Amino acid sequence: MSTTELHVHNPVEDLLRQDRVPTIWCPGCGIGTTVNSFAHALLGQQINLQKTAIVSGIGCSGRVSGYMNLDSFHTTHGRAIPFATGLKLANPELTVIVYSGDGDLTSIGGNHLIHAARRNMDIMVVCVNNMIYAMTGGQAAATTPGASNSTTTPYGAFEPELNMAQLVDAAGACFVARWTAFHVMQLERTMAKALKKKGFRFIEILSPCPTYYQRKNNMGDALAAMVDYKKRSKIKNGCPTWETALEPGGEIVVGEFVDREREDYLTRMRRQLGSHYSEFPPQPEEQESEGCEKEC
Amino acid sequence: MPKGSVAITTERCKGCGFCVEFCPTHVLELSNAFNAKGYHPPHMLNAEKCSGCNLCGMYCPDFAIFGYKYPDQKAQKGEQGQ
Ligand SMILES: Cc1ncc(C[n+]2csc(CCOP(=O)(O)OP(=O)(O)O)c2C)c(N)n1
Ligand code: SF4
Ligand code: SF4
Ligand code: SF4
Ligand SMILES: [Mg+2]
Repeated sequence: MSTTELHVHNPVEDLLRQDRVPTIWCPGCGIGTTVNSFAHALLGQQINLQKTAIVSGIGCSGRVSGYMNLDSFHTTHGRAIPFATGLKLANPELTVIVYSGDGDLTSIGGNHLIHAARRNMDIMVVCVNNMIYAMTGGQAAATTPGASNSTTTPYGAFEPELNMAQLVDAAGACFVARWTAFHVMQLERTMAKALKKKGFRFIEILSPCPTYYQRKNNMGDALAAMVDYKKRSKIKNGCPTWETALEPGGEIVVGEFVDREREDYLTRMRRQLGSHYSEFPPQPEEQESEGCEKEC
Repeated sequence: MPKGSVAITTERCKGCGFCVEFCPTHVLELSNAFNAKGYHPPHMLNAEKCSGCNLCGMYCPDFAIFGYKYPDQKAQKGEQGQ
């Protein structure tokens, strides 16, 4: 191996918890590929990593928080966003990133997603969309493209899939983008931009799941999925999100769709509270009581 | 003289082939050798064409490979990764 003479070093390694690698991910699972773009975006922006927290829900994608050498929180299924919201409100100087799966963020956690976008909560949400509940065995999620086969839809799903970009745009997100695991460099640039922006930022990444989504739908292995993304993707920055629906086998519209300014939750709260605002609100004094005060 | 090279941690590789497919100059191929888990890690087929661009590293989902550039002009060791 050629590493020794030059003392070369992969900078991504500094952001990984070495004792946790190799990952549990299947061969060719795209989640790890997205982590490279994320790590490079973090390093390139000179973000203070001591003040950066990553929060995940449950799922294969939810494992990301555990592999990153940051302040990592692996929360319950669907609840990464409310957890991150609390973290941000209690400690506003943190850069808070939610990294989780499509089932976690848009299916079981869908309502949290809508309301964090509506509030313009100052967090960045990265959603790895493998179009299925992967970790639990390939059940259909709200993002599973209509007609796709899955463990719970052996005759194909009878529901159309959700367009996350359109949903969070309508709810009020200030930054919305979509890439695929094939677009490693574009994804890094978009993540770098989103890391520096204030407000609710949402990045969807289509990612191969060879073990469930690909296999159930005879779509070949992970490499076939990546080559397919390359072929079907069309970059349309600024595209209205209602024109970005993902149709099975159709064009994959990728790019940065929304980038607007809107007052975020904390700024608005402080403005409305005016002189009533205090960084450390007085806590109600604990009442000292010895035993039961009332005669009962 | 190639402009760069790659470092491969063969035991981490899961043989997905992303690095081979997306290297712009087709430097890599999956070898016939097995690692301890039974996967075929990549090796350099056209080492002289490597630019050290690290696209292979960006694609590798298992942090098993990365590209690096040789320090400019100097370091004419004629050395290459293998
Ligand atoms: C309350 C609750 N319900 C269900 C589960 C089971 N569960 C664990 S992971 C998961 C699916 C995750 O899917 P997704 O977020 O898309 O992540 P992926 O594994 O696809 O990356 C489910 C249903 C759970 N852990 N907790
Ligand atoms: S089941 Fe799918 S999403 Fe989960 S690790 Fe395997 S390939 Fe990745
Ligand atoms: S560093 Fe670039 S040129 Fe060299 S093998 Fe990797 S992708 Fe190919
Ligand atoms: S991309 Fe990584 S895991 Fe896949 S074959 Fe190349 S070195 Fe192995
Ligand atoms: Mg999923």
